[in-house]
Amino acid sequence: MLTKLLKKKVQRKAINTLKYKPELCINCGMCSTVCPHGVFTPGKDTAKIVKFEACMECGACQLNCSMNAITVESGVGCATAMILSALKLRKTESCGESC
Amino acid sequence: MKYKNMEIQMKIEEKQTEFYVCDSIITLANRWDHFLARFGWRRNHRRVKPGLYKLGSPTQESLVFASTNYTLSFDALRSSLKGIDGYILVLDTRGINVWCAAGEGTFGTDELVHLIEMTELSKVVNHRSIILPQLGAPGICAHEVGKRSGFKVEYGPVRSSDLPNYLKTRTATAEMRRVRFNLRDRLELIPVEIMAFLFIAIIVILIGLFTGEIWKSLQILGILITGLVLFPILLPWIPTRDFITKGLLLGGVAVMMIYFLPAYLKNGIFGWALAWETLINMLIMTPVVAFLALNFTGSTTFTSRTGVRREIFTYIPILAAMFISGIIFSIVMYLIKLRS
Repeated sequence: MLTKLLKKKVQRKAINTLKYKPELCINCGMCSTVCPHGVFTPGKDTAKIVKFEACMECGACQLNCSMNAITVESGVGCATAMILSALKLRKTESCGESC
Repeated sequence: MKYKNMEIQMKIEEKQTEFYVCDSIITLANRWDHFLARFGWRRNHRRVKPGLYKLGSPTQESLVFASTNYTLSFDALRSSLKGIDGYILVLDTRGINVWCAAGEGTFGTDELVHLIEMTELSKVVNHRSIILPQLGAPGICAHEVGKRSGFKVEYGPVRSSDLPNYLKTRTATAEMRRVRFNLRDRLELIPVEIMAFLFIAIIVILIGLFTGEIWKSLQILGILITGLVLFPILLPWIPTRDFITKGLLLGGVAVMMIYFLPAYLKNGIFGWALAWETLINMLIMTPVVAFLALNFTGSTTFTSRTGVRREIFTYIPILAAMFISGIIFSIVMYLIKLRS
């Protein structure tokens, strides 16, 4: 019961969907290069996550990781786009012509 | 540089036979174009012709840069490359900037590979390297571009103004790799924010003029300005992490300044009537500021989809409840006044 409640609380506090498998990493440094918020840094053997909470889910690291070691559900962090698509005023949850 | 802002899409289906030419000079006309762009004026018309451009007098060894066909992006790149001879590959992003186009995939692997083929870039230069803006990365899969076109993608700095320093060593410092969102960046966004709500603001003023309640119109205008102008400016200094709680805090202060203070100064007494009125204004107006604050998430450089979604699900019901109860209270208040 308590663990369930705790889990729910953690879920509500979830800030991003970034997942990284260090065992696949070849330390090429690409994720550290493309990340605009310095989430990754090259380590001794593998890349390391140093600022997990700064991830904005742009998806650059996932797309540029040749080993597929990173996954993130990328999308726009824009309330307007989400509300407009929820109200069916915009087809996709992304930036439209006017914005 | 002189360019014609195009209305219609130029499809690149034929091979480019001759080079387009550009320079590093930002003319007065360019500046005027940038100024209008900041107000969102004719947004879909700020396009340059996609293709391969010559900058200065490049040779086979010269560097190749990539950009989008949005005039602001293209101008930022070419003006940063003063005194450098090179090539600029302009991708067709339908007049959208690098980061947004990358997010949508129009600044993407397919488009880049396609353009490299159509411009026969491999015959133009004898090296196999192309410098992309870092913020193009959400749309570009570097290793796939390498496999399909033979060109190695090199990610330059976030801002083109850092390019001269970057090119000295071909390495970017941590500072060059980070997006920022400082006061100047936030100020540049305000005109577009205002333009989006200009229509509503004009209606509010017109209603005020026709009903003779101009003071009330001005108060509502003050609330809108709080959400559209003050919020972006004060963003990092308002406590709490979430945008909506920031908006509620700022909205609360605004209601005290705009509604409570003038009424208190006018009458000089703090009684039940004023307390009740302030409560109603709080319930109606703070959610408005909070909602405008939430809408600003899309303009920032750091909000994630998960974070914004969590905010919407957590707070929108609360905002709606506040707003509706405020409206009901004010109707009740109006009816009571009518009776007495």
